[in-house]
Amino acid sequence: MDFGLSQDQRMLRDAVARCLADTCPLDQVRECAERDNPLSDNVLRAVQDLGIPGMLVPEEHGGLGMTLLDAAIVAEQLAYAVAPVPFLASHVLTPIALSEAGSEEQKAHWLPKIASGEARIGVAISETIEVRDGAGVSSAAGKLNGTALFALDFEGADAFIVADSGGRLHLVGAKASGLKAIALTTIDRTRSVGELRFDGAEAEPLADDGGATVARLRAAGRVILAADSLGAGQAMIEKAVDYAGQREQFGRLIGSFQAVKHMCAEMAARHEPCRSLVWYAAHAFDAVPTEASLVACHAKSHTGEVHRFVARTSTEVHGGMGFTDLIGLHYWFKRIEFDRQVLGGPETVRAEAAALQGWIKAA
Amino acid sequence: MDLEYGPEYDVFRKQVRAFIEAHSHLAPPSSDRAARPSSKAVEWQKLLIEHGYTARTIPQAYGGYGAEPDILQSRIIAEEFARARVPGGLSNQGISMFVPTLLELGTEEQKRRWIEPTLKGDVVWCQGYSEPGAGSDLANLKTSAHIENDEFVVNGQKIWTSTAKQADMIFCLVRTEPHAPKHGGISYLIFSMDTPGIEVRPLKTMTGHAEFNEVFFTDVRVPMHQIVGQRGQGWFVANATLGHERGMLGDPDALENRLQALIALMQEERLGQGRAIDNPVLRDRLVALQAEVAAMKYNGMRILSNSLRGEPGGMAKLIVKLQSCELAHQISALAIDAMGELGILYHHSPREREGGAWQWNYMFQLGLIIGGGTAQIQKNIIAERGLEMPREPKLAKISDAAKATADMPRHKQGSA
Repeated sequence: MDFGLSQDQRMLRDAVARCLADTCPLDQVRECAERDNPLSDNVLRAVQDLGIPGMLVPEEHGGLGMTLLDAAIVAEQLAYAVAPVPFLASHVLTPIALSEAGSEEQKAHWLPKIASGEARIGVAISETIEVRDGAGVSSAAGKLNGTALFALDFEGADAFIVADSGGRLHLVGAKASGLKAIALTTIDRTRSVGELRFDGAEAEPLADDGGATVARLRAAGRVILAADSLGAGQAMIEKAVDYAGQREQFGRLIGSFQAVKHMCAEMAARHEPCRSLVWYAAHAFDAVPTEASLVACHAKSHTGEVHRFVARTSTEVHGGMGFTDLIGLHYWFKRIEFDRQVLGGPETVRAEAAALQGWIKAA
Repeated sequence: MDLEYGPEYDVFRKQVRAFIEAHSHLAPPSSDRAARPSSKAVEWQKLLIEHGYTARTIPQAYGGYGAEPDILQSRIIAEEFARARVPGGLSNQGISMFVPTLLELGTEEQKRRWIEPTLKGDVVWCQGYSEPGAGSDLANLKTSAHIENDEFVVNGQKIWTSTAKQADMIFCLVRTEPHAPKHGGISYLIFSMDTPGIEVRPLKTMTGHAEFNEVFFTDVRVPMHQIVGQRGQGWFVANATLGHERGMLGDPDALENRLQALIALMQEERLGQGRAIDNPVLRDRLVALQAEVAAMKYNGMRILSNSLRGEPGGMAKLIVKLQSCELAHQISALAIDAMGELGILYHHSPREREGGAWQWNYMFQLGLIIGGGTAQIQKNIIAERGLEMPREPKLAKISDAAKATADMPRHKQGSA
């Protein structure tokens, strides 16, 4: 019995943390955020040198064959450093989708390139969770029509994996004719999303599995977003505590005032159990398939709630400075908000959790 | 991440399950929370000790089962009894707080004299810690014990003393060295509740019941050897047991059971044409609480693993009392909201649900948020010990002035 990270996982965490501390200081984040394409080539190269793109690619396809818990550890560190690099779709969801539902040919073509960092694939499955602005993609005779919103890891993607309205996944080249790709600009400049408009674009379907793989992607995606939220929340709590230990008012460190101290304690008290929940959710994805979807919902919705509180409270502890661009606290604030909404906000995800338990009568 | 306990533990779990299945008909009902255990509860306790399912690691010489400490075995026992909803033996302050204290700091004679009858329910204890002027600031306690003819003579008042009416004995913090610094002048005495000069007055709470008492001491004479630890070390002795109390208030199995009861309630309770759980707003709150209970459950597993590795519990442990008590209260709050107008029924009203248990819990759990270290004290601990934030500077002038006023009459009395 050992609930927690293995020695290897602790080493992975520390290696990623060190790498990002060197390559991704806040100045780098800030510089990237001002550009049209906010992703950082420097940080991406460093992440590739660590083998991160191949983490979830099976070994026979040139990857490391690691687990979602390993990926969650990386996600936490990426968020801690607000690293402007693709990860969720390109390095987590795509390897899972191709490994679980790709043809041998698709696997052989894409997985080695993903592992080496040569190719990146974005993922668009939002409409399987919630339809906004009438979006949705239909497929017929190998062609896609309609709109997919919030394609993840949009910028620089060579192809996209897209769910149709029946929950089946399709692989479509980024430059396919009949695909118009439009970048969407979010509050979070450290990750990229876009809109895919299909007008008879040619696509290769993945396995027809009755939506099983897309459900796996939702679960994995939610765990990784929860882990991201955890890392960003951790950073915001540490920053609040540091600030409160330096800033003086009324001749005292503000951290010695109970009003401030209790804000920090409340953040820590709500944040700390999230860590165990995220770890378990990741582990369940790898090892307890019967619980994976439900506990992924719990991790996603709960971290979404807790870290919205943390994001706001940490900002308040920083007083006026927290509200400025000067100290850059808002990068974490925005990262947390992105994590909360993407792949379903807390209410949406809780409704899904209720349905998974048979608590919602079929309409 | 390895959540398997291992084959030898699987065998152990089967044994526990088999025991529960074979014997659960002998168990007292879970609602049997009487301070003075019923004969059924006492017999059940003895059976559990005999099989090592309670008092497991307490040496046989003191009436326990005498097993080597094994965190996983203890955990399995707790899990299985919780799962079966069968009481896992007596739970009172004597067993959970006084016995561990004696084991750690008592003399051999004290251990032999008190542990076994306490475990077996023959001796019931109450805890004399809090006072009207010493709650969060417990070390400010004023109940005094001066020495006269080789006896301690205790005077003062305790409050929040649960089971004082039924208790045979009290473990009690008193000030024996009035001139020592506040933490250094306290001693930990044990004495009979039948000693002349003790008056117990029930303290009725917002629940309508008297779960606590006030205890008044007037020249209560206690033999000098009835002390645990040395004179002036009582603060240290007491802190050993406060840790046990905080651990007790954060049991993840208890939260899981409350949540399951809430789910059952919301599935049974009719609301219009449907059930309470069919209301999307109530259901949303239910799932949110379910996620929080899950987080606390895995947090508990993390603490367990830390202790198996010999690592400190750290922040994961510091937050348990605050979060668990709050969560338990929220679970009851949702149950009441799910009942709506029925949720205010109480005092054996017609149409009252489950004997008013949810309403009682809703109110009593607020007491648990306050007791055993208030939520605000917990936050101070989390901030100062966990986050290493700066301590509150001593407001020397203000507190000295307040003390001078507050202490004057009692101080005179104590030094007379």
